[in-house]
Amino acid sequence: MTTPAGGSRITEVLNVQENELLQEWIAEQRQSGAARPDLIAAADLQDQGREFLGLLRQAVQSGEFSNINIPAWSGVRDLLTELSRTRARLGFAPSEVATFVFSFKQPLFAALQKAHAGAPDGFISDIWTVTQMLDKLGLLTTEAYLKSREEIIARHQEEMMELSTPVVQLWQGIVALPIIGTLDSARTQIVMENLLQAIVDTGSEIAIIDITGVPTVDTLVSQHLLKTVAAARLMGAECIISGIRPQIAQTIVHLGVELNDVITKATLASAFALALQKRGMTVAKVSQIKS
Amino acid sequence: MERIPILRMGSFLLVTIQVDMHDRLAMTLQDDLTTKIVQTGADGVLIDISALDIVDSFIGRMLGNISAMSRILDAETVVVGMQPAVAITLVELGLSLPGVRTALNVEKGMAILRASRTLLGEEENDDVSLEE
Repeated sequence: MTTPAGGSRITEVLNVQENELLQEWIAEQRQSGAARPDLIAAADLQDQGREFLGLLRQAVQSGEFSNINIPAWSGVRDLLTELSRTRARLGFAPSEVATFVFSFKQPLFAALQKAHAGAPDGFISDIWTVTQMLDKLGLLTTEAYLKSREEIIARHQEEMMELSTPVVQLWQGIVALPIIGTLDSARTQIVMENLLQAIVDTGSEIAIIDITGVPTVDTLVSQHLLKTVAAARLMGAECIISGIRPQIAQTIVHLGVELNDVITKATLASAFALALQKRGMTVAKVSQIKS
Repeated sequence: MERIPILRMGSFLLVTIQVDMHDRLAMTLQDDLTTKIVQTGADGVLIDISALDIVDSFIGRMLGNISAMSRILDAETVVVGMQPAVAITLVELGLSLPGVRTALNVEKGMAILRASRTLLGEEENDDVSLEE
């Protein structure tokens, strides 16, 4: 049996036929539909392919084909990781990203077959080495792809959470919490914590919870709202729920939810007016004050 | 044995809980407070729990009980300075303490007690004028 460095012709094939391999490889990618000309320019694809081949050539000089975790392969690894990241962001499917590596098999196998003409043993051995190597690289792209997708999802979730729970101070001693989107248990927890913290920070006695942006109110959501109101009351702040749309008022009554202990208002404006009144303030026209 | 001090301020009693409440301490406080209300004839109790950051259902119920007992003895109770985490915990435990009055801090709690005292009736005006 031949050793990879001695009888193997992988290194030789990669060195000598680089351009032919590249052209065939790119044609292969186009044919399989993984090239995605709508997302990535043909010239970029060519550059990426050439860069990969160059780094791969350097890596195989080390004579190590099966272990791609050694430093000699770091160039290839970094390139593939970066490539998967960019492609994940561009909107490639995971299989399309992996096909970038896997589609290299066919041209390389064909070239090896030619190089090993008349020596089937060496050919089979090389095929096995190359398959192992490319499979590992392919899996690496998938891993990197998934990782970057997870990062994107985590970042979006974080942003959503931050976006979804702003507590605004309307006046001295009056804070408002406009809720947008569905209230589930996890969000209620964050909403509640933010509101209570804001009550402490601003020393507010009145908190207005505006649910104009809540699409549906079911028993669970109203229970969450009531919990928030109860917690705020325990801290010594009074809650007003505003922004109740006609349909929601109907749903609440049909569901038999008891909102009797909570002050509810149809609009944020009327809730604010009530809050000012409770604080002993009023909004008046300048002319009225002067007269 | 450690006890929670009960301070008298005019006709109000001020209780500041600054240590971790355990069950026996809570029971002692309940005893001491009811005794003190009767002794002094106080008409308002202010419990400051701003330093309390851990509660369990027992402490939660005790706060409710103290306030109910004080009401029977004709003294109004205001619980002030509850931490957000404590409020959330009590609500999750299902203890929303419906009969307890609350305020953000001692100052606002005192204002509530004073306001309810003036609302109570004009008879007390005699005492006030005597003081003046």
